[in-house]
Amino acid sequence: MDEGSELSLTIAQIVQRLKGSHLHSQIERQAKECLHQPDIKLESLKEDVRNFLKTSGWERKLQNAVYRELHIQLPPSHPTAPPEHLKEPLAYMRKAQATWEKRVQKSLNSMSTELGVPLARMRPAVEQRELTNKWNEMGTDEPDLSRFRPVYAPKDFLEVLISLRNPNHDSSEDISIRSHWGLIQVPLNVRDIPQLRRAFSELSLNTGQLGIDDNSHIHPDLFENDYVQIGKKVVMEQDSAAAQQYSKQGCPTGLRADLWALILNATNQPQDVMHYEQLKAGVIQHDLLVDNLIYKDVKLTASNDDFYFVFEDFLYQVLLCFSRDTAVLEHFNYNSATPPKSYIKGKVGDEECAVVYPPNGVIPFHGFSMYVAPLCFLYNKPSKLYSVFREMYIRYFFRLHSISSSPSGIVSLCLQFERLLQTHLPQLFYHLRQIEAQPLRIAFKWMVRAFSGYLSTDQLLLLWDRILGYDSLEVVAVLAAAVFAFRSENLMEVTSLASAEAVLADLSTLKVMPLIQIFLFATAI
Amino acid sequence: MSKHKTSAYKGSCNYGRSEEREGRSCVRYKCGLFNTIQDVLRQRPNWVEVKDDGEWDFNWCDVGWLRENFDHTFMEEHVRINHFRNHYELTRKNLMVKNLKRYQKTLERDIGRMESSKCDFFPCTFALPSEYHLFVEEFNRSPGSIWIMKPVAKSQGKGIFLFKKLKDIMDWRKNGRGTEEQKDGAQVESYVVQCYIEKPYLINGRKFDLRVYVLVTSYLPLKAWLYRDGFARFSSTRFSLSSIDDKYMHLTNVSVQKTAPDYDPEKGCKWQMQQLRRYLTAKHGREMVETLFKEMDNIFVRSLLSVQKIIINDKHCFELYGYDILLDQNLKPWLIEVNASPSHTASSQEDYEMKYRLLQDTLNVVDMEGRLTGKEKRVGGYDLMWNDGPVYKEDVNLQTFGSSRFTANTHLGCVNDREKQLRQLLRPSLFQKKM
Repeated sequence: MDEGSELSLTIAQIVQRLKGSHLHSQIERQAKECLHQPDIKLESLKEDVRNFLKTSGWERKLQNAVYRELHIQLPPSHPTAPPEHLKEPLAYMRKAQATWEKRVQKSLNSMSTELGVPLARMRPAVEQRELTNKWNEMGTDEPDLSRFRPVYAPKDFLEVLISLRNPNHDSSEDISIRSHWGLIQVPLNVRDIPQLRRAFSELSLNTGQLGIDDNSHIHPDLFENDYVQIGKKVVMEQDSAAAQQYSKQGCPTGLRADLWALILNATNQPQDVMHYEQLKAGVIQHDLLVDNLIYKDVKLTASNDDFYFVFEDFLYQVLLCFSRDTAVLEHFNYNSATPPKSYIKGKVGDEECAVVYPPNGVIPFHGFSMYVAPLCFLYNKPSKLYSVFREMYIRYFFRLHSISSSPSGIVSLCLQFERLLQTHLPQLFYHLRQIEAQPLRIAFKWMVRAFSGYLSTDQLLLLWDRILGYDSLEVVAVLAAAVFAFRSENLMEVTSLASAEAVLADLSTLKVMPLIQIFLFATAI
Repeated sequence: MSKHKTSAYKGSCNYGRSEEREGRSCVRYKCGLFNTIQDVLRQRPNWVEVKDDGEWDFNWCDVGWLRENFDHTFMEEHVRINHFRNHYELTRKNLMVKNLKRYQKTLERDIGRMESSKCDFFPCTFALPSEYHLFVEEFNRSPGSIWIMKPVAKSQGKGIFLFKKLKDIMDWRKNGRGTEEQKDGAQVESYVVQCYIEKPYLINGRKFDLRVYVLVTSYLPLKAWLYRDGFARFSSTRFSLSSIDDKYMHLTNVSVQKTAPDYDPEKGCKWQMQQLRRYLTAKHGREMVETLFKEMDNIFVRSLLSVQKIIINDKHCFELYGYDILLDQNLKPWLIEVNASPSHTASSQEDYEMKYRLLQDTLNVVDMEGRLTGKEKRVGGYDLMWNDGPVYKEDVNLQTFGSSRFTANTHLGCVNDREKQLRQLLRPSLFQKKM
């Protein structure tokens, strides 16, 4: 397919998606209403209306919506490719993902049977009223969660990734010093430092960054003040693409909330608020088994965190609604995962009696709530917090717990991390391998959560600025490698996995941007 | 346990930087408290504890000892003690309010309403029983508002309760001021009644207050330092006006929280000041937060100015105050109280380390070792906030004089890179001319 027809196909797809959307009807209404204005002339109607839409900011809103569609668009493909190929082109990955999903779902169903708790039940009126009153303080509830176990933990998922093999790749001839020392044994194409330097050029030593050049010892006139001024302009212009480009060098604390909302096009329109209220009503009406998993996860992770414990209630409000949001199902078009189905009692196997469970197709695992926790720092209104989180999930976070060949997928990130380490810190990698402390076993839990809960919040937000700015999770793999590089001296001295874990147990004092910058731009290649 | 150590002071060197302050080669200290301060004193190089009646150069005492012994203790020139004789003028709730009101009236009379309105940072307060009638007048003027009753000299949240109706305190007066006093058999003490701040700033439905540390090394002239670290103490339950009797929800003292039934010591109900400042900046933007912190500086300085002429100034004395500040939903800070003996017991490892650093830097400022010139604007985590006048970040000299862009030299909630600063400050150098 040549570029021209690819482009027109893309345009057609986007038009299709935006047609009939709320934005479409709003713009139409604006166009109709502007006809009353005196400066709109009949002779130059088209021109004048276009100009009006431009000056009133509606064109910008449309631009932002189109930009957003480009982010979640399916990659270009052959016209006869079946839909599974669009989700994940490699068959063996699809198979592995399907097997994993079956396991997870089985675990969920057996928990339901063992504990005698239905997957879903309607709440009696009394309970509904109680929950409505307690909506803003669900954290005060202390339900008995001891019987519930998380469906899986990141380390279970790691074992699955380690066992991935490409059946077409004969790796027997590779047993040599040039072979891969790490745990991930699939031949994916991951970028190395020279390519990363080109891709992440704004992080170079010569370019000003937040997280480095806003240090208290550096006079703010040298970088920070001007940068903040530019940021204010970007927010005023309400331009998604500009905000994304700006974010590559970091977002100032006072502007971050607006900038991220712009990048994600989470505008919190009345219809978004209404959608959230509907989800809330759904939570009140029905109780889902996964709700208990969410409660347990929040209590085990965020509530025990010195910083995030304050946001406990927000987390429930967001995650419980998230479970019921069928709009999330859309992202399965480009996610290698498939939403798990459940069957109405007694009708197992009958496709007509199958429902997606949970309604959003995402089964929470241990640590899931940490995807939301840092966002509580930025947004006050639950509906806005929800919109931002949902968009971040369907653009980035889903890739961290599904098996796919995407460069931002967890498999590629793990492989990239290991390759970076092996290529640039071979002595360290060899040593750790010898003492049976495979680096990925330590770094995996950081990457699955995009470092949430491991870094101090301000540093984490600087990292997530770059994820949004570069529309890629690769920076997470780079940071993981950079952390090992930073602590390599101490790691060379350890003699067991436990001591290696201890050296890397506390990342809360790390400054991420200098680490990333040095690793990418100051490593000798 | 923290491994922080001040840079080693070579005992025999005595720079004799100024005529009045000779450095000590060995400091004999007395310490009446058993918590973080003990560790800090013990680990300071060349500081030796004296027991019982030995002579001491430095005394970190509790207010009880001070009350009993200060007046009959002769202190040589170099000796330092950690309280002012009549500190209670600032730290007892009724006296603090009395002094603030008087100061405010003086300002209004001498300068004008504009200036005195800068003292509008304490909630309407009356001392009981002496101002009971004034209180009733004010109470009737604002029906439906909630008031809080606090015993004047108690700490850690003891004896405090809220009420809405006059009837509630009439009952209380009749019953001999509640059962707690009856248990003690103590004398009925004075109380203050204060307008309760009904719309506090909440973070995710939780109320919190701020603890800020201010060190005063002299009242005449007034010299005060502000520490960069501090913390926000959260109530462990959600805030709601409907349950006035829930003592645990309205009071945020850690001591009270510790007795609440759902208190989880592992949970940690504190945020470091830096975390709070960042959170507020993310939510409200830089300008609003800078205004808020400027207003807090104003509270510290004016509260000290209000007692400046009353506190018996004594060159032997210094005092570390713990200020309790509450924010309302408009991000206006309110002064709740000032503590002369802020708790140095730590509630967690992080907390211990912060208090350790605080106390270490306090000793650095007091400077028994004579290492400072007296011209420093920053010592470790302390920034000089007031030195007989406002202190600015920028140097005021002939070139900058007349410029309006002066910023205050305070950094509450900002980065505290004290170790680096201390290393540079206390670098022993025979070539440094510091006279």
